[in-house]
Amino acid sequence: MIWLDTLVQGILLGGLYALFAAGLSLVFGIMRLVNLAHGDLIVFAAYLVLMGVTLLGLSPWIAALVAMPLMFGLGWLLQTVVLNRVLGKDILPPLLVTFGLSVALQNGLLEAFSADSRRIPAGSLEGASLDLGLVTVGVMPLLTFASAIVVIVALNGLFYHTALGRAFRATSDDAVTAGLMGIEPKRIFAMATGIAMVVVTIAALYLGMRSNFDPSIGPARLIYAFEAVIIGGLGSLWGTLAGGVIIGVAQTFGAAVNPEWQILAGHIAFLVVMLLKPRGLFPRAVD
Amino acid sequence: MLLQTHGLTANYGQFRALFGVDIAVAAGECVAIIGANGAGKSTLMRAITGVIRNEPAMVLHRGEPIGALSSAEVMKRGIAMVPEGRRLFPSLSVEENLLIGGQVRKAPGPWNLEAIYELFPILRERRRNPGTALSGGQQQMVAIGRALMSNPELLLCDEISLGLAPVVIRDIYAALPKIRAGGAAIVVVEQDIGKALAVADRVYCMMEGRVTLTAKAADVSRQQIHTAYFGEAA
Ligand SMILES: Nc1ncnc2c1ncn2[C@@H]1O[C@H](COP(=O)(O)OP(=O)(O)OP(=O)(O)O)[C@@H](O)[C@H]1O
Ligand SMILES: [Mg+2]
Repeated sequence: MIWLDTLVQGILLGGLYALFAAGLSLVFGIMRLVNLAHGDLIVFAAYLVLMGVTLLGLSPWIAALVAMPLMFGLGWLLQTVVLNRVLGKDILPPLLVTFGLSVALQNGLLEAFSADSRRIPAGSLEGASLDLGLVTVGVMPLLTFASAIVVIVALNGLFYHTALGRAFRATSDDAVTAGLMGIEPKRIFAMATGIAMVVVTIAALYLGMRSNFDPSIGPARLIYAFEAVIIGGLGSLWGTLAGGVIIGVAQTFGAAVNPEWQILAGHIAFLVVMLLKPRGLFPRAVD
Repeated sequence: MLLQTHGLTANYGQFRALFGVDIAVAAGECVAIIGANGAGKSTLMRAITGVIRNEPAMVLHRGEPIGALSSAEVMKRGIAMVPEGRRLFPSLSVEENLLIGGQVRKAPGPWNLEAIYELFPILRERRRNPGTALSGGQQQMVAIGRALMSNPELLLCDEISLGLAPVVIRDIYAALPKIRAGGAAIVVVEQDIGKALAVADRVYCMMEGRVTLTAKAADVSRQQIHTAYFGEAA
């Protein structure tokens, strides 16, 4: 029974990693941009939510709702003012720019909030759990996982059933021809990054309520997100969830054997999948 | 004049592909642009549609300079292109490929999904397929339909017969008079001189980045075309 419990905890943990990864996957899928500051942007959003809670006295949920449009605007600006200028055939300039942004964000957060670790207070939900008979699961992990599913269903709906999503896919296929359809690729990219930042805010909410955070933890979240995206196959959101679950399960089993093995087991699972399926579990047909 | 180019030049890096091209297209007119491989026909289309940007005054739309606009801005003015090689979006179904053509600009006019399916009935049957799963001729029909969806004033067609069987070419060319009847002016870029002369009012011949012949399609002689196509020495 302990193994079943470990499995369920791992799957639910995968929901958190999928939330970390969904924004990264969206942006990569549309503009082939790897945003190395993604993890730091999650941490930034967590501080934003925390400020809503501590300074304005909002509940974390409302604070996240307020932070979403702000983060959308930030993503839109970041893309318009910075990233659109460096996107091109050469993939190195955007990598360098987002790496620089990552360092700047970490230092900025350190200045503003110090290195002390913080947590978004979740009230009564914090330790709450549900007894499902065979296993007992925490309410917070369950909510995280459900949110990951909702986010993926919503993003897929946007992607495959709206005019904006059609423009996303067309631009991702062929930006020059999309231009001939009257679509400004740069505006599409700005929308995509804005939407990714809304997802980042949701990820930040759960990150901040479930564990302590400080300005330095962004890069480690980026690695989990990155691994989830790559395991899943670039550009597939359900694949990203599967990737998150694989890393989550590997981590909880690793930790069950020996607590020091948690992180290592996740990375090993990533390497094993890469050896068996170098293009990920659900690679896109195009590319 | 609906569209004019004035001393239009275009470069690919150091390489100059157009050397001062002057063409004009009147509203409702059908103009053919012919020329050998590498003459600069596609480059001319790219320069008009803003894929290659220029000095503003090198391209005029109803007298207004549009040479420096982005392709999206040019398209929104009513200039739609069927690009060389069709360039359908592989992630989009046939119907989505059509819809995206009229998503940003949809002027009033005869063209909508239903009208395109009437023009090319096979596309209705294939509407759920990925655009790239179709035969070359069907893909070409999608590319034409996609460009029509915005109800453009000017439709630029770059080598719509390339690589297709004669019967398929016939079907596709049969659509052009219907498109004209809808009110759009048409520019057809062609290597198939016979096809081009049959549909066009006027013809421009290009060679090595320059216009070497401007003539009425009805008046032009084989000898004139031969000289313009291959140069005096040939
Ligand atoms: N992307 C590019 N980069 C560099 N040179 C190019 C590029 N595209 C075209 N050229 C060159 O520009 C010249 C004109 O090419 P263009 O494609 O406009 O000719 P075309 O008349 O359309 O020929 P075709 O009938 O083969 O389509 C050619 O010499 C070609 O090699
Ligand atoms: Mg060409």
